[in-house]
Order: sequence, then C-alpha cells, then structure tokens
Amino acid sequence: MIRIGGFLVGIGFTVVVLFSFIMGAYNFATEDKVGAPEYEFYKKPKDVAFAQDGAFGKWDLAQLQRGYQVYKEVCAACHGLQYVAFRDLAQLGYNEDEVKALAAEWINVPDIDPDTGEAIVRPGVPTDNFPSPYPNNVAAAAANNNAIPPDLSLMTKARGDGTAYVYSLLTGYGPIPEELTAKYPEFDTPDGLHFNEYFPNLNIAMAPPITTKDQVTYADGTEATISQMSQDVSAFLAWTAEPKMVERKQTGWVVMLFLLFATILAYFSKQQIWSAAKPKKTK
Amino acid sequence: MSFPWARQYEPTNGFMKFLDERLPLPRLVYNAVGAGYPVPRNLSYMWNFGVLAGFFLVAQIVTGVVLAMHYAANAEVAFGTVEHIMRDVNWGWLMRYAHANGASFFFIVVYIHIFRGFFYSSYKAPREMIWLLGVVIFLLMMATAFMGYVLPWGQMSFWGAKVITGLFGAIPLVGEPLQVWLLGGFAPDNAALNRFFSLHFLLPFVIAGVVILHIWALHIPGSSNPTGVEVKKESDTLPFHPYYTAKDGFGLGVILLFFAFMVFFLPNTLGHPDNYIEANPLATPAHIVPEWYFYPFYAILRAFTFDFILSAKLWGVLAMFAAILVWFFLPWLDRSPVRSGHYRPLFRKFFWFGLIPCMVVLFICGGAPAEEPFVMISQIATAYYFLHFLVILPIVSSIEKPEPLPYSITEAVLGEDEDATLGATAAAKA
Ligand code: HEC
Ligand code: HEM
Repeated sequence: MIRIGGFLVGIGFTVVVLFSFIMGAYNFATEDKVGAPEYEFYKKPKDVAFAQDGAFGKWDLAQLQRGYQVYKEVCAACHGLQYVAFRDLAQLGYNEDEVKALAAEWINVPDIDPDTGEAIVRPGVPTDNFPSPYPNNVAAAAANNNAIPPDLSLMTKARGDGTAYVYSLLTGYGPIPEELTAKYPEFDTPDGLHFNEYFPNLNIAMAPPITTKDQVTYADGTEATISQMSQDVSAFLAWTAEPKMVERKQTGWVVMLFLLFATILAYFSKQQIWSAAKPKKTK
Repeated sequence: MSFPWARQYEPTNGFMKFLDERLPLPRLVYNAVGAGYPVPRNLSYMWNFGVLAGFFLVAQIVTGVVLAMHYAANAEVAFGTVEHIMRDVNWGWLMRYAHANGASFFFIVVYIHIFRGFFYSSYKAPREMIWLLGVVIFLLMMATAFMGYVLPWGQMSFWGAKVITGLFGAIPLVGEPLQVWLLGGFAPDNAALNRFFSLHFLLPFVIAGVVILHIWALHIPGSSNPTGVEVKKESDTLPFHPYYTAKDGFGLGVILLFFAFMVFFLPNTLGHPDNYIEANPLATPAHIVPEWYFYPFYAILRAFTFDFILSAKLWGVLAMFAAILVWFFLPWLDRSPVRSGHYRPLFRKFFWFGLIPCMVVLFICGGAPAEEPFVMISQIATAYYFLHFLVILPIVSSIEKPEPLPYSITEAVLGEDEDATLGATAAAKA
C-alpha cells in the first residue's frame, strides 16, 4: 500500500513539475530576450586593499582618524551614525580629553531642557551617540529629492564586499558610457539622479559627495586626493560597522591554536586507545 | 536493553554506591555512553555526526540563553538591541556569531547524519523509530531556525517571514484567515516577532526532549555499522567508553576548528548582507532568499510555476512539505534486505550519481534568483527528487542483486571469523 501510494504521489509531483518545465521552456524559447542595462553595465566593486583586511589585518588608526574627519566634514550633512557613540572614538587613538572635545564639536544633539521640558539641541558629550542630520525620515526625504540617505553605521556590512563597495561608489561617478547608450538608447539618468556604475540600478540619488582634491584639509598633513579621502572614509565606515573586528580576529588566532593543540592531543589519545583493539587473530 | 555481554556498573566509592542505590544516575550514564554500552567495533567517522549534532544543540541553547538576556523582541528596538549585543555587551559579538554560525553547523552535521542514514539505510528495521524521531527533530530544527532568523528584524528577517508565512495563504478556503492568525496581523509585526521569540526559545527544549527519545530508541538495537550486518557476539563490539568517547572527542576537535574559523574569520559569509539593514515593510529586497540550509527546499517550492488544476503556489507548498515527509516512509519504500550501500551496486549508483547531484543542483538553484535557466534546472531536479525516493528506490530495492556480505563484523574487521561455517555467509544474506 505504502509503495503504491508513494508511486502515485511521486509520479503526480513529477508530472506537475514537468508540466511547469515544458511551459517555462516554451516561453523561454519563444520570448524575446530583453536585456537590462542594470545587469549588463553594473560593475562589481573595485579591488582595493585595506589595512584591516585578512586574518592578520589591523586598523590603521591614522587612516581611521582621517576617515572620521571626512565623515564629519562631508557625509554628516546627510548621513547619521546612530549606533556609534562619541566615547567609541577613544578606540581610534584619541585620549579622554580629545574625545570630550570631539563630542562637543557636534552642537546638534537633541535633548529635553531640564527646566522647561522643551525640545532643544546641545553640544555632545562622550556618552551620546552621533546625532542624525534630519529630525525624521520625512525631513530627510524632503531635503534629498525623495531619497532617504541611509544611516551609515552598518553600511559596509549591509552590502556585499562592503568596504570596497563604498570606495567604488564614491569614486564611481561619471558620464554614461557610450556602449550603454548605443545598446539602450532609451536609458537615461533622470533629473536629481546621478549615473554611477557601481550602484545596482546605475542611477543614485546621492550627488557625488567627494568631488575635488583637498576638499578636506587633513590634520595629519596627508595629501587629500579624491581616492585618498574615499579610501579613508571607507575604512572609517568599516570600523563603525564592526568596531570589534580586529579584536575578533586576534581572539580567533588564540582559539584556533588552542583547538589545534587539543585536537592533535585528542588524535594521539584516540590512536593509543584504539591500539588495544587492533585486530588480533582469533585463533 | 543491551547485549548480554554488556558490562555492569560497579560503584567504585561510597558516595557513588550511595547515589546509585537512591538515584541510579551514574548507572544510566554508564549504560548510555559509558563502558556499559557495547558498540559495533567497525563504525566509521560517519558515525560521529550524531554526537556532534548533540554538541551543537547544547551550544545553541547556551549561546541562545545568553543572547536572550540582552535582546528585546519589539519591532521598534529589536534591530538596535542586536547591535547593542555586538558593540556594548562583553563578548556579545562572540555569542551572536557563535549562535548564528552554530545554526549553520548544526544543519551541516545533521545533513551529513541524515545522508549517512540514506547511504547505509539506517532507517530499516529494527531502527524505524529512531529514523522517524530523527525526521521529527529535523522538522523542529527547521521551524526553530526559521523563527530565529526573524528575530534580528533585518530586511531578510522581515521579508523571509512574509514569504514563508504567505505560503499558508495558498491553502484553499482557510489559508488567509490561518495566515492572519499565525502572524497576529496582516503582515509580520510586533505580534509576530513576539510569538516567534517565544517559540524560538521553547522549541530547542522540545528538540532536546525528542533527542532523548531518539537516543533511547537507538539503545534498543544499538547502532548499525558500515557493513549493515547486525552484531552477533561480543567480538563484534567494543565498549563505547573509552573507544568511541575518544573517537568522538577527536571528531569534535576537527569540527570545532572549522567552526572557530567561520566564527572568527568569516562570521557573516553564511548570512545575507541585507539583514544588516533594519526591516522596512516599504522596501522589498531585490532577491528574497532564506538561509542557505533551506535552499534545496526553497528550490522545490519555486519549481512549480504554472497552475495545474491547483494553483502553482499550492503545488509548490505541497511539494516542499512532501519533500521532507517522504523521509518518514523510507523504511517501507526500500524493501532490500541488505542495509549498507557498500553491498548494493545499483542503489549505490543512484545515491552517488542521482541523489547527491540532485541535492547539489537544488541547493544552487534555491540560492539563485528565480530566473532562467535556474528555474528549468530546478524543475528537472525536483522531478528527480520525487522519482528517486518514490519510484526508483522501491524498484531498485526489489530488483537489484546485492553483493556477498561478510558473515559478521568480526569477519569484516579481522578478515576471518572462526564461527563462520561454509554456507553461513549465504544463509546470513538471505
Ligand atoms: C547631499 C547629501 C549627501 C551627502 C553629503 C552624502 N550622501 Fe551618501 N547618500 C545620499 C542619498 C540621498 C543617498 C540615497 C541614494 C539612493 O538611494 O539612491 C545616499 C546613499 C549613500 C550610500 C548607500 C548607497 C546604497 O548602496 O544604497 C552610501 C554608501 C553613501 N551614501 C555614502 C556616503 C559617504 C561615504 C558620504 C561622505 C563622503 C556621503 N554618502 C555623503 C546623500 C548624501
Ligand atoms: C538534534 C539533532 C540530532 C541529534 C542530537 C542526534 C543524535 C544522534 C546520536 C547521538 C546518534 C548515535 C550516533 C550516530 O549514529 O551518529 C544518532 C543516531 C541516529 N540518528 Fe540522529 N540525531 C539528530 C538528528 C537526526 C535526524 C534529523 C535524523 C534523520 C532524519 C536522524 C537519524 C538517526 C538514525 C537513523 C540513527 C541511527 C543510525 C545508526 O546507528 O546507524 N538523527 N542520532
């Protein structure tokens, strides 16, 4: 009974799925194939190396400090970092007083006036998180052509190959390539959008944020090329996405070495124990 | 139960004697995983994976309980509490990465465990009950993992929950009210998140209960073995402790090396980047995919693309559930008297060149976008999947001529067995 029932069920599913297959194959063969520029002209992130990459990678603290400066002077006009607190900046190599001073430079931290209960803004203190540039999403969309600039705290983890992606996006603006226009004459970048071949649908609502050399004057004197600023802010965003990354990999080495040692030990004790059970002739 | 030659527990000191007479816990352990449990002496490393599954179940419970101390199941704050765990809780990042990758490793070891069962037909008499309980465990694991993935309340959490609960909407008549009842609303929201958290906390303990039954049932006939010939006498067995405790210990070390490598160096590789974006009911992700361990079943779900009497969606749902439910019937679909694939030439070919490639293809298609050629390929693989279990296996098992079996495990290990008399091998085979 079970076998007969099973046989019928098996044939049943097979027939139905093969029906789908035949219909699908027929459509596939007869349909005109319409390509999409988003598929053909979208580019994978550029190959770019960072100090924190790889199993032995470590943060380049000077680079993170420069990246912080780019974020503060350029990106913070539109993007928040809601999961990062000013006190976390101590991990970039700033001492306690410097962190206090850096926090106080952010003069738009929302709060409630303790006397009147009214909503106010005040300068930051180390325990505050980074303030958002807009009071809410409606205001953010209104100021940006209906696109909401996403919070950047987790950006490099929220995209495949995220750190390289941010770098490629920042340096990827340009004119629409001729091959694209030749193949898809109707493709266009609407007003208020900007062509960028590293953005999945090729037209992004963010105007190129880093456009000129020396847009930021680095405190450490590093030459501020477009590529340098883009790399620095990408590295900084890798840190905001996972401040514990380097600690994680360093812990990993200790754990792996311990496990390797323990496993080798376990192997030899297993061999020793099993040697007692080596096949002996029963005669 | 055990074999008559199983060693008896002897308390070695006064305290153990006291305890054994009042609460025979030491005796239970001794008989279950100690020197009092005789096990076939020829088990391969394929027999390590049950213990490894048990390890990962415990690891999930331990890390999960710690995470639950810092997590809040509220749609407003859930995503933020997960980031709080990652950034502010001491070793919180380790707990979370260990839990997320632990789920993947739990599935890896259980898949190997199940496919070991397929190859050695471990599901056959007298082990049917072990097998049935195993499939129940697997279903519970899937439910637990699905609900766990919703908890961080990222984009894939939300949209995965929406797609999977939406499947219930395909059921005729009661579908839609059922879906609303399950979710506590029309779309996943606070009500759904809260009940998923509650159930995600509960189910692992239910799994632990079923695992106890699974192991209890295992201890009636004892483990099968790579020859599939049942234990006949003492020389066929070795005591579990120290032989298999040592072997399992080594196996655990090896898998933990892989596990630690993923947790510390590639912790997000098995996850989806979209889940680091907070859930947004207004923005649909480009490709909604479940976690990797559901890919084969997701491919079967999506293989049905045209209505055929019933709606395509309903066919997909039926096929997806049927794909796992057929495992329940395996003990009765496979009628071969021989267990091990090593002695079943035709069965073995269909296993290595049919079932395994079919699963790989389904896995790849399940993770790929729902586009050609993936859809067509997954349709062929889906057809093979059902044919394999429901048509090929029953037929092969009744027509194939098995190869000669060893008389006993002792003969298989030592090359000869003095008890084996001429003709006994043939008799054992029949
Ligand atoms: C004038 C406001 C503005 C400034 C300044 C700005 N951005 Fe943006 N950014 C936007 C908007 C608007 C979007 C949303 C784009 C969209 O969805 O099309 C965006 C999106 C992004 C994205 C996400 C792209 C994606 O994959 O969804 C990244 C990454 C990003 N910005 C990085 C930066 C960095 C780094 C800086 C500083 C160097 C910066 N932005 C400065 C407005 C801005
Ligand atoms: C939480 C998950 C599970 C745990 C902790 C678990 C645990 C175990 C253990 C410790 C054993 C004995 C050692 C071994 O043979 O590997 C075992 C045997 C077995 N398990 Fe599982 N198991 C789990 C899931 C499953 C599933 C999902 C299935 C099948 C669908 C399954 C089928 C079997 C069978 C058939 C045996 C007996 C195999 C034999 O002796 O040949 N188990 N299990």
